[in-house]
Amino acid sequence: MHSAISLSLSSPSPIARSSAVNDTCPSPPRSLRFCGLRREAFGAGASSAATSLRLTSSDSRSQHSNLNGVFAALKGSSSGFDYDLVIIGAGVGGHGAALHAVEKGLKTAIIEGDVVGGTCVNRGCVPSKALLAVSGRMRELQNEQHMKSFGLQVAAAGYDRQKVADHANNLASKIRGNLTNSMKALGVDILTGFGTILGPQKLKFGKGDSGDKIITAKDIIVATGSVPLVPKGIEVDGKTVITSDHALKLEFVPQWIAIVGSGYIGLEFSDVYTALGSEVTFVEALDQIMPGFDPEIGKLAQRVLVNPRKIDSYTGVFASKITPAKDGKPVQIELIDAKTKEPKETLEVDAALIATGRAPFTKGLGLENINVQTQRGFVPVDERMRVIDANGKFVPHLYCIGDANGKMMLAHAASAQGISVVEQVTGNAHVLNHLSIPAACFTHPEISMVGLTEPQAREKAEKEGFEVSIVKTSFKANTKALAENEGEGMAKLIYRPDNGEILGVHIFGLHAADLIHEASNAIAMGTLIQDIKFAVHAHPTLSEVLDELFKSAKVKLTAPKTVAQAVPV
Amino acid sequence: MSHSHLLHTTFVPTAPPSLRRRLGVGAHLPRKPHLIQSKIREIFMPALSSTMTEGKIVSWVKSEGDKLAKGESVVVVESDKADMDVESFYDGYLAAIIVDEGLSAAVGSTIALLAETEEEIALAQSKKSSSPAPASASAAGGNDAPMVLEEMPSPVPAAAPAVASVSSNASAVGSAVHPASEGGKRVVASPYAKKLAKDLGVDLKGIVGSGPNGRVVAKDVEAALAAVNVGGGSAATTAAEVAKPSGVELGSVVPFTTMQSAVSRNMVESLAVPTFRVGYTFTTDALDALYKKIKSKGVTMTALLAKATALALVQHPVVNSSCRDGKSFTYNSHINVAVAVAIDGGLITPVLQDADKIDIYSLSRKWKELVDKARAKQLQPQEYNSGTFTLSNLGMFGVDRFDAILPPGTGAIMAVGASEPALVGTKDGRIGLKTQMQVNVTADHRVIYGADLAAFLQTLAKIIEDPNDLTL
Repeated sequence: MHSAISLSLSSPSPIARSSAVNDTCPSPPRSLRFCGLRREAFGAGASSAATSLRLTSSDSRSQHSNLNGVFAALKGSSSGFDYDLVIIGAGVGGHGAALHAVEKGLKTAIIEGDVVGGTCVNRGCVPSKALLAVSGRMRELQNEQHMKSFGLQVAAAGYDRQKVADHANNLASKIRGNLTNSMKALGVDILTGFGTILGPQKLKFGKGDSGDKIITAKDIIVATGSVPLVPKGIEVDGKTVITSDHALKLEFVPQWIAIVGSGYIGLEFSDVYTALGSEVTFVEALDQIMPGFDPEIGKLAQRVLVNPRKIDSYTGVFASKITPAKDGKPVQIELIDAKTKEPKETLEVDAALIATGRAPFTKGLGLENINVQTQRGFVPVDERMRVIDANGKFVPHLYCIGDANGKMMLAHAASAQGISVVEQVTGNAHVLNHLSIPAACFTHPEISMVGLTEPQAREKAEKEGFEVSIVKTSFKANTKALAENEGEGMAKLIYRPDNGEILGVHIFGLHAADLIHEASNAIAMGTLIQDIKFAVHAHPTLSEVLDELFKSAKVKLTAPKTVAQAVPV
Repeated sequence: MSHSHLLHTTFVPTAPPSLRRRLGVGAHLPRKPHLIQSKIREIFMPALSSTMTEGKIVSWVKSEGDKLAKGESVVVVESDKADMDVESFYDGYLAAIIVDEGLSAAVGSTIALLAETEEEIALAQSKKSSSPAPASASAAGGNDAPMVLEEMPSPVPAAAPAVASVSSNASAVGSAVHPASEGGKRVVASPYAKKLAKDLGVDLKGIVGSGPNGRVVAKDVEAALAAVNVGGGSAATTAAEVAKPSGVELGSVVPFTTMQSAVSRNMVESLAVPTFRVGYTFTTDALDALYKKIKSKGVTMTALLAKATALALVQHPVVNSSCRDGKSFTYNSHINVAVAVAIDGGLITPVLQDADKIDIYSLSRKWKELVDKARAKQLQPQEYNSGTFTLSNLGMFGVDRFDAILPPGTGAIMAVGASEPALVGTKDGRIGLKTQMQVNVTADHRVIYGADLAAFLQTLAKIIEDPNDLTL
């Protein structure tokens, strides 16, 4: 939606957009610079935020000049408040909301108590991608058979830990700079300090002392994100017992590291550490590692990403106590049975990475001032991100997006939620379809998914009385994958044979994270299999894996064509 | 796939005999045919393509005890081309799964048992338990798991017993008790060490850990395996014997390891060959100078010597020949220079194949790769048993000359001593200091005569004394 081409072709929407600015201020000459910044910011921070929206309003595809928004913002709030919109938290969610707000002509401010970019840019997706880029190459260079099959000869591959760490750090600062500049250039006020809500439409920001400033806003978005969750009993020293925050700095590469939690964070780090020469032990509370993935994909992924690597695992156990290494003793991990709570074993390792999930960060937000009680730390919201107070009523003009509401803890989901909120406060009824938001795990090869897993789809089908069909294609049959000697992988489509609705797509294989968007877009747009199967894919490309997938699905064409409705979650 | 071949040989009748002899654990298991009565059918690994020789079980669609209808998918098999669903030809019950998910089986081998009625499931399962269980290792792309080479191939190079004794001091005697392992009750081993131990059938208990805090790491498992005593080739004793520390206990009698037995056998066999020896002294100043010049490019002295030898062999094919039957010359079409390397508990001869044709830089790289593989016990049979001429070099230990025993199956072996400065009188009556190296070739006199060796050594001397051709 935000490609350079569509921007340059765009004109103010002829449809009633309720934007007075558009009428009074004709589109000025466009500056490519703005387009560039806009694109960069999205491309880096929230790769798929824009595409994963399900827009129900009629003007969903219209484009607006960013400049219109800038002029609007400079004019000041039209509502009698200091700002039309104040966002607390400048992570990817807040950033996405801010950019969209400016585009919609709102006078916008964003409050950040730490660094712009939030978890994703500074301590999450972004630096981890830098490390994974390194691990992918290491893995390839170390795989002698793989190299030989290309006829390549490579001397022993090695790495410089500090330079690898620098690459991750540099990438984070670069993206952070891009984000900051894009907001500044569009006229978003970046207010430094911690934001606290004082009451409806009123908040203060600052260091929490007498220097705090009070501002008013027509609408407020809470986007304070999350921090790594450290279960009790675990002592994090930042050196030998670490969270992803520390691990991304790559201060040392232990010979043996235990990773507590085998979700996508743990899995990505296992990819990095094993490529750099560490041995890994997973500690997983559930009965199998990689919970949360479609079982079939998880099984295949385990065959490729875990079994042949220097990894072992303990499942069905909690790490009840973890003591950092000291006085020459290694890190000690006490394991107890997840069900009976009986002590099982003690592991002694060189380091432990706690990847058990993330906890919402809402401290100091002043939720008590508006009678909001968090649930397991999360801010309760409805499907439109409206904050619900202790009495079950909406807090007027207050929204919460991203990790803080816990609906879907992904950077691009936060951004999509933010854009959805901006749509609502500017008068467009809008509900985000979370089932159209893709997720990816950037291992080698990658895993990606959108929509329901097979068990979820079957459960839903049983409840609602429809049939579910499944088709699979293999990367082994794909020319491009074979040319790359990367035939390992599969794509799986879960759909309704009666009407051709796509329920879920799961991909494991080369560049799976980039391939998923054809499916997520189809879900977002309500495209049916019988339609998308006629779309043409360039040959030879990996995208033909999906092409083949759609073509092999059998839809009973007698069924009337229906467009799926948005599903709030 | 070759790896899985080795690990799951019970199902690999197609593996060449040379492979079958030295499998790790699986091979020693008794191979009992399935004696299945009429109502219990075997499900075979199907041939899914004309080129398929074995298939990997991707997943079992059905579990043991599930009812099957004719035409229903039972298992997903990965062939050399693609993953395919395999259907049942009969109605019945999936009674027993013999080849688990992730493992491979040869085309035509039994992968599961199908019972006609529910009652027969138990019977089928009892059949299963009496049949060989496939090795439990995961076959999925296990390129980093080394193969087991317990036995030496028949042409064992036994050039230098001295080499073996040099390495025997290397393995230290240590305590198997991990300081924090609750008095040895618990084994602390790294994930890869555990994986290796499982794949190789080595018992972790009692292995001396050399990692941090006495933890058992991968190389400890490999060392333990090298020290394994598999008397009589029975795998059953493998695990128990691993525990033996590799240090020497005075006053005890220690049986040979498999590798040592093979060496012994070959040494005795060599007595049947009428050998003779010819010595020669090379001046190596020019070679040393060349070596200094190209050392930075990764070239090793071993590679230089192998290359020089190979180039000399090109001109003297008879020295590269062997006598197989006592009646004829076998002129080898390739010049494959084997070089003896001491490894833990024995020695092995990685082979530089076509050493005459490969340039010195590639040859040096190849050599490094072979040595690494030899240390990790990952050499493929053709990488250590295809030598046509053997080099044994003890020069690095300061040995100035020695005598090598001819490995059966080859024609000649050259023992190389140290390159040392010597005071030499030259023909023009001067005295000078030159670096010299003595070699001593042992050859089979049935095919190689004294004049042949003399001519070969003269050619080799020319090459070594004017070594610029080596870098071409």
